[in-house]
Amino acid sequence: MTEIFGVPTQALFGQLLIGLINGSFYALLSLGLAVIFGLLNIINFTHGAQYMMGAFVAFLLTSKAGLGYWWALAIVPPVVGFTGVIIERLMLSKLYKLDHLYGLLLTFGLALIIQGLFRNEYGTSGLPYPMPAELSGGRNLGFMFLPNYRAWVIVASIGICIATWFVIERTKLGSYLRAATENPALVQAFGINVPRMITLTYGFGVALAALAGVMAAPIYQVSPQMGADLIIVVFAVVVIGGMGSIMGSILTGFGLGVIEGLTKVFYPEASNTVIFVIMAIVLMIKPAGLFGTQK
Amino acid sequence: MPRSQKIALGVMAAFFLLAPLVVYPVFLMKAMCFALFACAFNLLIGFGGLLSFGHAMFLGTAGYGAAHAAKVWGFPPEFAILFGTAAAALLGLVTGLLAIRRQGIYFAMITLALAQMMYFFYLQAAFTHGEDGIQAVPRGMLFGFIDLANVWAMYSTVFAIFMAGFLLIYRVIHSPFGQVLKAIRENEQRAISLGYDVDRYKLLAYLLSATLAGVAGATKTLVFQLASLTDAHWSMSGEVVLMTLLGGLGTVFGPVAGALIIISLENYLAQLGAWVTIVQGVIFVICVLTFRRGVIGEIGNWLRKPL
Repeated sequence: MTEIFGVPTQALFGQLLIGLINGSFYALLSLGLAVIFGLLNIINFTHGAQYMMGAFVAFLLTSKAGLGYWWALAIVPPVVGFTGVIIERLMLSKLYKLDHLYGLLLTFGLALIIQGLFRNEYGTSGLPYPMPAELSGGRNLGFMFLPNYRAWVIVASIGICIATWFVIERTKLGSYLRAATENPALVQAFGINVPRMITLTYGFGVALAALAGVMAAPIYQVSPQMGADLIIVVFAVVVIGGMGSIMGSILTGFGLGVIEGLTKVFYPEASNTVIFVIMAIVLMIKPAGLFGTQK
Repeated sequence: MPRSQKIALGVMAAFFLLAPLVVYPVFLMKAMCFALFACAFNLLIGFGGLLSFGHAMFLGTAGYGAAHAAKVWGFPPEFAILFGTAAAALLGLVTGLLAIRRQGIYFAMITLALAQMMYFFYLQAAFTHGEDGIQAVPRGMLFGFIDLANVWAMYSTVFAIFMAGFLLIYRVIHSPFGQVLKAIRENEQRAISLGYDVDRYKLLAYLLSATLAGVAGATKTLVFQLASLTDAHWSMSGEVVLMTLLGGLGTVFGPVAGALIIISLENYLAQLGAWVTIVQGVIFVICVLTFRRGVIGEIGNWLRKPL
């Protein structure tokens, strides 16, 4: 068996793949956080719970309605996104004039409620979600075995990230959005309905989290706690990248996933903490984050 | 001290002195530990405007420090508490230097992430015994002659620590230092232009808050003779935010009232499992949307007196 730095290549590439998968979810979730933060100035603590909701709605679609993975991909994001729209209209919209910290506290409370409700109903043990038949199996690349579903997750999340980047940075709609981020009052004066744009942006961010949840369901088990710890790591990812740029959050997400995977190979004890350590180092060197600008 | 606060202080002291006649003393000791924890947290958010979402790391660190010192090294209780507190203070210094580099929402996210890092460290480190925690921590003899195994001796000790911590915080927020802190909260740019070294004030407030949270954590460990991962988990950081928010951010007595309410609530809801989390979440949402002054803040507003 061939080795690199004393590690069998199979193990190395295996962990690299897991790192890329985790990185896909970090990127998707931090992208959603960044989009929401840009316009609402709120850190959406409910993001992890909404990711969990995505996985659960997909699970319920198969178990109650017999609708499989591809249906879930199409149905779940709008459904969960719509709950986000309701939350924004009923609650978040009341807080824009206050200190931003209240938005954090509100969404933290909502996350507790949602996670508690699901835990009451489904307990804490993970529920299995079937792999879509079209993507089961895998291919041998010579140096490693690549399961088809994992390849799909990486390709799909890169696709989603680039599409989101394109919409925000290169389309007319995106230019309204960026303008409203800079100066909402002025954009409103030009006759654009900013409050509706804010509502839809929050819905979109939530839908993105739910989509990540559906994609995660066949890999990780579906459980009420699946988003709770993940969201803290994603916060660290956001601090490292800085929320200034869309492309920045995508690159940071994938990069940190890979670094975490490599840590599992070379120094497994630190794999849980490596992202937080990197955050501490980045704060010392560049407090605004790698892609951020200090206000 | 204004008269309204003198009366409130008297009421609070009388409550904690008389309540053990009718209420289970261990429950009250727990409440006092959490009240001190919440007061320490409130020093940072209520007067410095810094929302820490990682205060559980100080509670947990001091708990493990005190438990290890008392059980493995055989420290007497006063030195076990001091050692736990010193450990929390050291952690406060290191994390504070990192966290005060950002403000607002970022500050909250950074403290949360650092606390999660400490949680994973305690989960893996051998001396914490992982999920079991450090159990059967001896309470020992305070100053060599007061046997803390006696519940009234322990109660009096916790009461003395709580009152001392509370009065210290009161003194701090009404000192020139506290006034500068408030100025920074209200308008950081102006405080800078007045020549204050803002970062130093913030770090000092953070350090003080971490240290006092450490006192609460170390004391709590001696009361329950246990140091466990629960104290270091992010949900504990959320709980202290909730206590302070419910009692009244930036009020002197709010955190104490908030801690009492939340601890009682958890006591009654304990059998209901996940409902505790749901009720906590609902209180968060209600407080943020309609009740931002908190219980004591509302009472103070109604009486038109500072509380």
